[in-house]
Amino acid sequence: MNEVLTQYAFLIAAIIKIVILVFIVLTVDAYLTWLERKVIAHIQARWGPRRTGPFGLLQPLADGLKFILKEDPTPTGVDKTAYFLAPFLTLLLAVTSLAIIPFGPDFKVFGYTTNFGIADVNISILVLFAITALSVYGVALAGWASNNKYSLLGGLRSSAQMISYELAMTLSVVGVLLIAGDFSLKGIVLQQEFPKLGLLSWNIFAIGHGYGFTQVIGFFCYFIAAIAETNRIPFDLPEAESELVAGYHTEYASMKFAMFFIAEYTAMLTVSCLATVLFFGGWLSPFPGSWTFTQYLPTLLLFGLGAYAIYMSIGYETMLGRLVMPGVGTAMIVIGVVLALIPDLNHFVQGPFWFVAKVFAFLFFYIWMRGTLPRFRYDQLMTFGWKFLLPVSIANVVLTSAVMLWRMPR
Amino acid sequence: MSATLIVFFVLAALAVLGAVNLIVQRHPIHSALSLIVVMVALAGLYLLLGAEFVAAVQIIVYGGAIMVLFTFVIMLLNAGEEEHTNFSKLANIAGIPLAVAIAGFIAATIVHSGQPLPPAAAQGSLTNTKTLSMMIFRDFVYPFELTSFLILVAILGAIVLAQRER
Repeated sequence: MNEVLTQYAFLIAAIIKIVILVFIVLTVDAYLTWLERKVIAHIQARWGPRRTGPFGLLQPLADGLKFILKEDPTPTGVDKTAYFLAPFLTLLLAVTSLAIIPFGPDFKVFGYTTNFGIADVNISILVLFAITALSVYGVALAGWASNNKYSLLGGLRSSAQMISYELAMTLSVVGVLLIAGDFSLKGIVLQQEFPKLGLLSWNIFAIGHGYGFTQVIGFFCYFIAAIAETNRIPFDLPEAESELVAGYHTEYASMKFAMFFIAEYTAMLTVSCLATVLFFGGWLSPFPGSWTFTQYLPTLLLFGLGAYAIYMSIGYETMLGRLVMPGVGTAMIVIGVVLALIPDLNHFVQGPFWFVAKVFAFLFFYIWMRGTLPRFRYDQLMTFGWKFLLPVSIANVVLTSAVMLWRMPR
Repeated sequence: MSATLIVFFVLAALAVLGAVNLIVQRHPIHSALSLIVVMVALAGLYLLLGAEFVAAVQIIVYGGAIMVLFTFVIMLLNAGEEEHTNFSKLANIAGIPLAVAIAGFIAATIVHSGQPLPPAAAQGSLTNTKTLSMMIFRDFVYPFELTSFLILVAILGAIVLAQRER
């Protein structure tokens, strides 16, 4: 029995991790919509959702319920196979791409060491690009199958945009690959740990790295291309409301629409995770290794959030606010105390804590841009991609390899 | 039956079914989709052989870039369902016997050779990205650069052909 267990341990571990990851990802997606509405509302001097639950925190649940209960009519004249395939394909590929992201260092459970992520492939970055390459089909098919000219235009715009910016995105990463000498995302993160200078040894700065070279240009190209890949403002031409109704998902309703929606937010998540891993040190702390007191930052954050929740509950008049909010606040403080008292647990939390903090910063930046920037015109989009971003990312590859060659010990 | 063998047969069946479906389907888009299935299944087979880099590139280049262009063109032309013309007489008469003959010939060759093919990893060539790049950029650098030059010429030719008359 025990032998069989050790033989299939990796499979069991993988299944458990997949279930947990999918659950977390869907929750994060849901609350990302809440965050987006809230942040944009505050940018525009509004309140955003605040009726459903404290701070409108139950709004995603209400939205989800609405998606499930809505009628799902199939328009006439659609291509059935492609019409039904498109949302599933989009969501499947979006969630699959998260499987190769390492969220933290390897850890031990019941004496079994496993990696903090689902798959640790030694070509993980290529796998990610392969999945990105395939995810064009979901959007293109949705646009074509809907039998609607706006959908078709949206789908075509999206395919053209994704093909154009995929090149710049792939090339912008080459600099990091040159420094790391490794295709594995875990390897890329581990290589950024040294020489223990905290955030200065991350690939974006790459200071004191022997023969590395700062990847600011690479990051700049990567992030712009990534925004274009995920069809977000200012590159959201495939679903430009004022021109195309809603672009490729005009004819989709109910859960099928929600699938496109979830896929878009998951893609944002993946892209932010990848930016974190490649340029910002993944799960590594931004402080030098000698600053040991920084390991109590998660505790401090939990204390702050808990105190804020309790303080905010004072003004609430509903039962929910008066009972649940102080409860949640107290729970946060208790978890903080537990973390501070159990060193093993605190050590385990460090990696994911920093990873989540960095990814959150990127997601916030995404939303910030949506609240700030206008949309590109289509010819501007193409000119920018091909005549500016692509040459700059090629120049980054040449520059990085030249500097590395020059500084390499001979 | 080992897990590898099961995966192999699933992928192989997927590839063959996709290829058959590619021919049977009447709508160009459905055919293109079947071709994508074939490409992805082939990538899976490469992965099974231990050629991870080749598998990833297979999906990125064939599954992604090239097939996207295929579907793109089909969508832009808004090509409808195919109409069946009268088959050529030659294909009607000689088609099936020839297909059977070729399949039999290949099968006979495989059976006749008697021994199983050596596993790819044992040849120690294309498993590692490093060895692959060593081969491309050191051992075979001139053929490689010549090929890229050829592709460049082809790109220039395409631009010249596509350019409007001035």
